[in-house]
Amino acid sequence: MSNERRITLEINGAAETTSVPAHRTLLEALRGLGHVDVKCGCEKGDCGACAVLLDGVAVDSCLTLAWQAEGHAITTLAGLGTPERMHPLQQAFADLGAAQCGYCTPGMIIAAESLLRRVPDPSEDEIRVALSGNLCRCTGYTKIFDAVAAAAAVMSGKGDAR
Amino acid sequence: MTTTDRTLAEPAPRDTNVRYNQIGKPLVRTDAPGKVTGRTPYAGDYTMPKMLHAKVVRADLASARLKRIDVTRARALPGVACVLTAADMPDRNIATDIPGQTGRDRLKTDQQVLVRERVRYFGEPLALIAAESRDVAEAAALLVEVELEPIAGVYDPEEALKPGAPIVTAPDNVVATYRIRRGDVEAGFAAADVIVENTYRTQFQEHAFLEPEVGLAWVDENGVVNIRVSTQVIEHFRAVADALGLPHNKVRVLGAMVGGGFGGKEDVTVELYLAILAMHTRRPVRLEYSREDSFVGHGKRHPFKLVYRTGVTRDGRITALDVQALADSGAYVFLSPYVLLYCAVNASGPYRVDNLNVFARAVATNNMFTSAFRGFGGMQACAAYEQQMDEVAGAIGMDRLEFRRRNLLRTGEPMATGFVPPSSIWTEKCADLAWEALGEQTPDDGPVKVGRGIACYQQSYGRLTFLKDTSEAWVGVEIDGTVTVRSGVTDIGAGQASSLAHIAAEILGVTLPNVIVYNSDSQVTPLAGTTTATRALYMTGNAARQAAAALRERLVAVAAEVLGAAPDAIELASNRVAVADDPARGMSFAELVRLCAARGVHRSELAIFRAPFTSPLDPETGQGQAHPDYVYGAHAVEVAVDTETGEVRVLKCIAAHDVGQCINRAAVEGQIEGGTQNGLGYALTEEMLYREGRLVTPSFSEYLMPTAMDMPRVQSIILESRSGIGPFGAKGIGEPALTPVAPAVANAVADAIGARVFEYPITPERVVRAIAGRDRAGAAAGG
Repeated sequence: MSNERRITLEINGAAETTSVPAHRTLLEALRGLGHVDVKCGCEKGDCGACAVLLDGVAVDSCLTLAWQAEGHAITTLAGLGTPERMHPLQQAFADLGAAQCGYCTPGMIIAAESLLRRVPDPSEDEIRVALSGNLCRCTGYTKIFDAVAAAAAVMSGKGDAR
Repeated sequence: MTTTDRTLAEPAPRDTNVRYNQIGKPLVRTDAPGKVTGRTPYAGDYTMPKMLHAKVVRADLASARLKRIDVTRARALPGVACVLTAADMPDRNIATDIPGQTGRDRLKTDQQVLVRERVRYFGEPLALIAAESRDVAEAAALLVEVELEPIAGVYDPEEALKPGAPIVTAPDNVVATYRIRRGDVEAGFAAADVIVENTYRTQFQEHAFLEPEVGLAWVDENGVVNIRVSTQVIEHFRAVADALGLPHNKVRVLGAMVGGGFGGKEDVTVELYLAILAMHTRRPVRLEYSREDSFVGHGKRHPFKLVYRTGVTRDGRITALDVQALADSGAYVFLSPYVLLYCAVNASGPYRVDNLNVFARAVATNNMFTSAFRGFGGMQACAAYEQQMDEVAGAIGMDRLEFRRRNLLRTGEPMATGFVPPSSIWTEKCADLAWEALGEQTPDDGPVKVGRGIACYQQSYGRLTFLKDTSEAWVGVEIDGTVTVRSGVTDIGAGQASSLAHIAAEILGVTLPNVIVYNSDSQVTPLAGTTTATRALYMTGNAARQAAAALRERLVAVAAEVLGAAPDAIELASNRVAVADDPARGMSFAELVRLCAARGVHRSELAIFRAPFTSPLDPETGQGQAHPDYVYGAHAVEVAVDTETGEVRVLKCIAAHDVGQCINRAAVEGQIEGGTQNGLGYALTEEMLYREGRLVTPSFSEYLMPTAMDMPRVQSIILESRSGIGPFGAKGIGEPALTPVAPAVANAVADAIGARVFEYPITPERVVRAIAGRDRAGAAAGG
């Protein structure tokens, strides 16, 4: 494509370079670079499965152009923790059964992390609002609310994830 | 009915001799760590060198003749590998009504792979494109020139039955009919004090799994077409092979963790297109549906019109029930006959109705085709019969729960088909507990009126028994004491693979991290059948249990000999084997396996589990066995209805189910909570809307399912009768979780406003209209 440009993205703390046209979404660029932990659910900003942190704030990567993400720190779910060293949100989602099919989970955890960075001790209403852009068809959200609350308690030193 | 009577009729719980180490507790699923850290690959996450990207070109009319399709310009676009139409492939069809497995004669109602001449529904595929990139594939799709000549279609099943209606399925648009007859309905109505007749309507519902259909296919060095795809049914390799004229062993379907199914990935979706394109181009091909492709690309839940006529005595005894059910099957048959059968056999629900007449038909239209969806016809029946129970109770002035109690089916009694379910029926216990758990009623607040509703249900687990269902699983132990399970079962998010690990770990006495499950590969893992019909735990769980138990027996025999004890004195737990009353006499599980290996003991087992095999139901009376067994329970809700705006808010939501036996309690709760979300959407907001067959709700902006803001907390009351025919006395919970939700909401709304909305979803407009109708009726009666 004629309008391609080389851009450098900071993804999970590492710089990666790719050549993309202006219309390429951040979702497509991330997945193209192998960050397939970012999920594609609708490409319209309806479902939230593709959420990533941009400078610590959750955005739908399908509604963000790759070019716009240059110069910003991008964090995906895999950037939060590993199976061996889980982030408290990941630990709580696993322990409390908040992931079923797991396809909405990357966006859910990213949206929750975005909330907890602003509001360390959220009420259930605040959790609900923060996750209202993330659809889930498996869990009925109940265990997700519980997991976010449990992780918040761990992160603020008030309890453990179980 | 007294408690003593019920207890006497209870079958003995199975497996009372097993002391569980983990079964039944809330367990962390084996798939959780990978999913929460983004390490689990889904079918769309795989790529291959030189991979092409595919696109499906679809018809934008629901009923038309394909006058002309010209792909010259599309083919000429640089980067296009191929553009295929019906003219480029043999005149073969894809079977749409294969229930996923071997054996049974089909209904011979196949769908053309690509439109040859006649377009029968909006979105029917016209052409397939493979290109170097997704951008090019999409650009090429716009260059395909299509000329469609509209043909008068039919979009309403009642219209489709009228003489002179356009014919979608010859000869008369009727694609299936079922009858159930018990007792003497005329005499039953004659004996009734009151007869209540109502018509209930249900809508098209979308599965709305978060992962759209996606797959990757390649032809390997042996000429085998490999298809890695998001599916509930890897055994569609046969349907793909048949459609392409290939031997069955030359098509391999591999799954991956599935991002939700709910029945929407039960039919063939992208795998056939992938196979065609990979064979044609001899390159790997990836096809990922957009959300809109997904919405038009797979079948929906059947809309039903259900006419219920109930005869009842003043003291609350149902004397007769007549049910007329009409389902919209859409433009192709798919699983409509089976869905209709589920509706018919469940038409009287968990109630004893001695005089019963059910007449159920599925009719073809030019609407989107309808097929499997969690609940599978049993849910639409419940959506109606539980509203009717409230209407009848109201007509005789009896308490809703009391009326139900007087008619509930009890353990050991025959259901509508005359079959006596082999397990316990704990509906009443569930209903009482759910109702009680609602607690004190929330007070009304001005125009906001609070109401309560309950719905009981009956839903099968396991497939129709005349389908002669089987499932296989393999369990083996390694000489370091680790355990491997292999089974074709697909994991669609409910923890199907994890459950097999729990079962093997329990029986072999090893800890969960020592078990690994390989699943979902039609050429490598033993075929386990479909992940549908609330059957995975029942069928594959039983197969895994059988395999593990056989292996255990061999290992224990060696341990008994070495430790000098009787085999039944040997215990396996926590990766150790020891004499039960003398734990010092023991060794590690790994050491035992090494001893077995040294002696040449067979350290693996392949087991097959067979469901009951029966003949189809009697075609005239519908009597016989339809399913292996049934699940019973109840759902209670409290709602607040704003009588000025018609808005309904669900305040409390209590689900009580007898699941037989939890394998993983947290997973059971998860199923119940998720099923409730689906049911609340069905009750209040979700509807796929079609105008002359054209979808007008093509995204999640128009198709509204409950969000984190809408969902109440769900309280699960899990009962364990241990009477089921699954492993350890388990029944199943996948579909049952959803079945009673919508009618509970409908009954609560009716309770709140004193009028009923007879049609789902119960939208604000319909609520306001029902209130206006109530007020008009009141004024007329008063005047």
